[in-house]
Amino acid sequence: MYYIDPHIHMVSRVTDDYETLARMGCVAVSEPAFWAGFDRGSVDGFRDYFRQLIEFESKRAGWYRVQHYTWLCINAKEAENVKLSREVIAMIPEFLDRPGVLGIGEIGLNKNTKNEATIFLEHLDLAAKTDEQILIHTPHLEDKYQGTRMILDMLGDDSRIDRSRVLVDHVEEHTIRPVLDEGYWAGMTLYPVSKCTPQRAVDMVEMYGPERLLVNSAGDWGPSKPTAVPDFILAMRLRGHPESLIRRVVYENPLKFFSQSRNFDFTPPETYETVS
Amino acid sequence: MPIPLDAPEVLDREFLEIRARLLQVAASLDRIERAEGAVDDDPRLMKIRQALEILAGGDEQRAEKIQLLFSRPYEANWLATFRPTR
Ligand SMILES: [Zn+2]
Repeated sequence: MYYIDPHIHMVSRVTDDYETLARMGCVAVSEPAFWAGFDRGSVDGFRDYFRQLIEFESKRAGWYRVQHYTWLCINAKEAENVKLSREVIAMIPEFLDRPGVLGIGEIGLNKNTKNEATIFLEHLDLAAKTDEQILIHTPHLEDKYQGTRMILDMLGDDSRIDRSRVLVDHVEEHTIRPVLDEGYWAGMTLYPVSKCTPQRAVDMVEMYGPERLLVNSAGDWGPSKPTAVPDFILAMRLRGHPESLIRRVVYENPLKFFSQSRNFDFTPPETYETVS
Repeated sequence: MPIPLDAPEVLDREFLEIRARLLQVAASLDRIERAEGAVDDDPRLMKIRQALEILAGGDEQRAEKIQLLFSRPYEANWLATFRPTR
């Protein structure tokens, strides 16, 4: 089955991972900007990172016929440095018309601090002014519930934000309902240890239905499994769900969400023969 | 949305896994007790005890309840007291 991984940090993965993804049916990935494992020292560090995402990752993905898309921002962890964050936010528009840039992300909260919230609001303002889609990171573990509710409060307070163009990622059992009820897209992240398992993600599909629901691996430089979406596909099959429902969650839904970005130029795999 | 499997099928498939996970929790709690020192007042242990009560309860939405148990509280008026960083 063809699928799309809507949240995966390929910059942290080796080229062999692209080959594995392609073999398992992955035809496209979207890569939000995130924390590199250390705090970057200057706005130029981010400029180079954005160029790497837009120029080189798309090339590397293309070697395996995987279509690569990107989201740009300064992540919540580095948002503690408000001065640097503002420089990055001011620089982002340089890249918003580049091919494959889908919007602003992954913005959000990490420890739910005042500085993080300040920079989150300034990213929202940028997205509203530039009419960009938004991809949101919600905190982990004990901070997730509080942080997700804070994020929903800030989004809800900005009347310029079109909820159908916002994806709130890393939802779990205690945060998925408010995200979907308020009209946003929700992403379930399948991490092998600390986060949602494929089985629990299937439970949430059963409980909430497939509307505005996505599944991703968030594969990054930490312990993570870039092939988590195929694990979800298998878990859905073993649970007895029809192929049409699985395809909707792992392929049609991401296409529908991404298609709202003006730089989303997708070649369906069925037409590959004619474009090669 | 209907679940394709019925309850006996789910139990058949998952019984051994549930059994194994319960054993893992039991052995972890035993290990804490066998080790030197005391953690009786550790709030994390209290949370674990409360979580076990949720598991033993008859309601649905156990996963959501356990998630909330291990979450920092949310205060609805946080935005009112919030001053953005200048
Ligand atoms: Zn991420």
